[in-house]
Parts: sequence; structure tokens; C-alpha cells
Amino acid sequence: METTEISPTFAAYDSKIEGNVIFTRVDAAMNWMRKNSLWPMPMGLACCAIELMATASSRFDISRFGMEVMRFSPRQSDVMIVAGTVTYKMALAVKRVWDQMPEPKWCIAMGACASSGGMYRSYAVLQGIDKLIPVDVYISGCPPRPEALIEGLMKLQRKIEGTSAMMEQKKELLEDLA
Amino acid sequence: MSAADIQSIQGKFSNAVLDHKEFREEFTVTVTLESLHAVLQFCKETLGYDFLIDISSLDHFGDDPRFAMVYELATVDDKKHLRVKAPVAEEESVPSACDLWLAADWHEREVYDMMGIPFTNHPNLKRILMWEGYPFYPLRKDFPLAGRPSDMPDVAFSGVAPLEGGPFVTSCGTDDVVRREPRARDQK
Ligand code: SF4
Repeated sequence: METTEISPTFAAYDSKIEGNVIFTRVDAAMNWMRKNSLWPMPMGLACCAIELMATASSRFDISRFGMEVMRFSPRQSDVMIVAGTVTYKMALAVKRVWDQMPEPKWCIAMGACASSGGMYRSYAVLQGIDKLIPVDVYISGCPPRPEALIEGLMKLQRKIEGTSAMMEQKKELLEDLA
Repeated sequence: MSAADIQSIQGKFSNAVLDHKEFREEFTVTVTLESLHAVLQFCKETLGYDFLIDISSLDHFGDDPRFAMVYELATVDDKKHLRVKAPVAEEESVPSACDLWLAADWHEREVYDMMGIPFTNHPNLKRILMWEGYPFYPLRKDFPLAGRPSDMPDVAFSGVAPLEGGPFVTSCGTDDVVRREPRARDQK
């Protein structure tokens, strides 16, 4: 029979489950879950989409970051990757898809065209998708290399880490509880 | 072969043919707008041009008549080609060729969308590249490359693209590589 003295610090719970319990904040837990399963909405509009496909394929493999689940339904996606030239006519569809995505949602402008209109200084092209929807990460390049897209996605992960998910998104609920 | 065809068009529509010419084995015949549809029908049904390659339009800004329609005809076995042109003044409309070649449908919609030339008897004349309600015709010579602002609430909008001194064009025919580089040249 062991007679070790239980220190008051660990007295709060059963020692059998020790090691299986983590203390954390709700925010941190939510952010951790969110950032590691970002489901992208591939908004491939032009040549950049080819690099987006390469990023998702075996050689670059964004499933290492939990982002391989490309959803072609806006209802199931978290991050819209705008990859390509946004013409004014297509801009309407992009906005509509964006509006259909549930919160929380993020947007990445991939490449020169999506960020600023790129080389298409013309009547037909929207000069940057940020004129229509809020962008979290801009990726330079024409087209950006897959590594650059991965870097952008990692930037987005760091951004998500820093948000106070509970406070921002469940504000009303928290106020009701208080 | 096409030369003989031009002769038979001249024979049948003597008053309608404004001009015809051959350039490097390309045959072009220019006819009046009034007889355009009859000439096209004759080309298809009698001369055997059963294949419409393309329809395009020209803007001779400053001239009168301002526009011109261009039809590229061929036979399916590619034995002969013929280009039919017709001048179109502003406010004039062109008879649709959709009843002759189904291929004319989208080509004519593009001409309507980009140049603003209306067609009569077209089955579905609406814009094809810009959205319905866009107030301009972008390929007209008096339309700036950067575009013009427009707004249709809840439908679409457009703005002016920043050209930063552009468009950036090359000077061809210059030996000097530095001068040939694409650069912003003064735009009037
Ligand atoms: S940024 Fe370059 S590669 Fe990407 S869509 Fe535009 S033109 Fe294509």
C-alpha cells in the first residue's frame, strides 16, 4: 500500500486521469482547432489557379497543414482563396459565394491580379478583390510559387492564433451569460 | 475560285457591290447594308459557303459611315474563303445572319456587346461579355482603355483602372533595345 502524500495542487482531480487533462483558454482551443483545419474555397479564376492546384497536389501537399479539403460549396469552407483575374462580371459571382460562406471566414488574395488587378489595367477587370470583400492575406507574384501560397496560409494561421475567438464571435452569448 | 464567286456576286447584285479586292489570295467583297443579307444567303445557298468562320466589326471613328461588319466565310472542306464586308452607319441596324448559320448567334452578340451595333431578327440579342445594363461599348474607339465608372445598384459596377502613365507599349521598328522596351507613352 502506497502512502504518498497527495500535494494540495493535484488534489482537485483523480490522479488516474492525470496526464490526460490540459488546461487552456477557450479562445486558444478554438483557434487551435480552426487554424489546423482550414477548408479552402478554391476561387480559381485564371492562371494562378494552376499554382493553387499544384499546392494542393502531392508535391507541395497542403494537407500537412490540414488545408487539403477543398470545398466547392461555400457553406462548408472557411477561407476563400481568390486565385486569378477578377473581371467585373465574375466579381459578382465571387461576392455572392463570399456572402454564402458562414462566419468565421477569411480571404486570401493570391497573385497580382487578385490583389491589385495586376497587369490588366483595363475596363473589364476589377482592380483588386479588396474593393469588394475584406482580404486577410495578400500574396505577391504572377503567379506566386506554391511555397508562397503555403507561406500565406501559414501567415493566416498565425493571424487566427491571435484572435480572441470567443469574445469576437460569441459576444451576445457572453453578454447574456454575464 | 473565290474570284469567280465575286464575279457571280457582281453579276447578281450589280448595284450592291461597292468594292472588291484580292490581297495575297484573300478575297474581299464590300456590299451595301441593304443587300447584305441577300448576298450572304446567295453565298451560302448558291456558292456553297456553308461555314461561317467569324463575324467581326470595325470602328472607323471619325468617318461616315462609322462602322463596318466583316463576315469570314469558308466551305467546310476549306477549299475557298471569302470575306464579305458592309458599311454600317451609326443608328443603323444589321440583319442577323442567324437564320443562315447558327454560328452567327454568339458572334453577333459579341459585336452588339463590344461595338454597340444592333441586329434585327436575332433570336437572343443580349450582352455576352459585359453584364446586362452596362452602359458603354468598350471596343469603340472613343472608349478609353481604363474604362469608365458605372454603377447599377445590386447588379454591378465598374471603375477606372489606374494606368499610371500607361498603357505600356513597345515601339516596334526601333533597333535600340532601350527604346523598344514597353514604356508608358503619352496617351491623348
Ligand atoms: S497574377 Fe499572373 S498568374 Fe496570377 S492570374 Fe494574374 S496574370 Fe495569371
